[in-house]
Amino acid sequence: MSEHEHDHDHPHEPIGNGDEPPAAARARALEQLLIEKGAISHEDVRKRIDWLVSRSPADGARLVARAWVDPDFKRRLLADARSAALELGLDPGPSPVVVAVENTDDVHHMVVCTLCSCYPRALLGPPPAWYKSTSYRSRAVSDPRRVLDEFGVELGDDVELRVLDSTADIRYLVMPRRPAGTEGMSEDELAALITRDSMIGVAQPAAPAPIG
Amino acid sequence: MTYQPGQRVRVAARSHEGHHRTPGYVKGKTGTVERAHGSFRNPETRAYGADGLPEQRLYLVGFAQRDVWPDYAGESRDRIYLDLFEHWLEDAE
Repeated sequence: MSEHEHDHDHPHEPIGNGDEPPAAARARALEQLLIEKGAISHEDVRKRIDWLVSRSPADGARLVARAWVDPDFKRRLLADARSAALELGLDPGPSPVVVAVENTDDVHHMVVCTLCSCYPRALLGPPPAWYKSTSYRSRAVSDPRRVLDEFGVELGDDVELRVLDSTADIRYLVMPRRPAGTEGMSEDELAALITRDSMIGVAQPAAPAPIG
Repeated sequence: MTYQPGQRVRVAARSHEGHHRTPGYVKGKTGTVERAHGSFRNPETRAYGADGLPEQRLYLVGFAQRDVWPDYAGESRDRIYLDLFEHWLEDAE
C-alpha cells in the first residue's frame, strides 16, 4: 500500500483493472489460484515467459539460411526440423513437433491456427498480434489469396496455394524461396533476408540490397 | 483403422460437446492423407485434466479448397491441410 490512504472522501475513479481485458483478468486469477494450491510457482511462470520472449525469428532464419546453402541440410530439415535445429545448436523447445515445409516456384505454403494461436514459438518467438486475430484466423483458411494480397504477396494462377491449419500437436515452419540475386551472399547475409512473416508464409523474403 | 498417405478419408460429421481439435469447416468433407505424424495424447480428455491416454494417431489431411468452400474464390488447385486425429476419420476409398 502506498501512502495514498483510501479512507478519505475525495472522489476518484474506482481502482480497477484499467484496460485489462476480461481474459487477462481471468488468466491472472487462475494463475493466482494455481500458485495458492501449489500446482505452479511464480518462478515457473516467470521462467516460461522469459523463455518465450527470449525466442526470436532469427533462429528460424538460421535454419532456412543453412538449408538454402546446404542441400543435405535442407533434406534433413524437411525430414525432421527438430533434429535439424538441434544440429545448429538451436533450442526447438518442448514437446510440439516442428515440421518444415518448402515453398517452390510451383507451391506456396502459409500457416494459420484457426482454433487458437499454435505457432512454432521456439523457433520464431511469440506470434504477431494479427496471427491471433479472428480476422486472420477465419479468412486465411477461406479466402487465403485475398489475405496474401493484403500482405503484398501476389501468387500466379499457376501456383498451388497450400494453407496449413495447425490444429493439433504439430507446428509448421515455412521455408521460403531463396530470392534471385543472392547467389554470392554468405549464410549470415541470407539469414538477414529471412523475415518472420516469410516463415509464416505471408511474405516473400526481403530482396537483397542493390550493390553499390 | 490405420491410414496411409494417399488414402482418401472423410472427416466424421458428428458434433462433439467440449474441447476438440476438428474444426467445423472440414466436418463431413473428404480429403487425402498427406502424412502420418505418429501418435499423440488426446486433447479431448487432456483438456479436462486427464492424461490423454491412450495416444491417438494424428494425420495431416489435405483437401481441395473447392471441396471445403463451395464458393472458394482462389484457384482450383489450391489446397488446405489440417492435422486430424484418427478417431475423426472414416475410410472414403
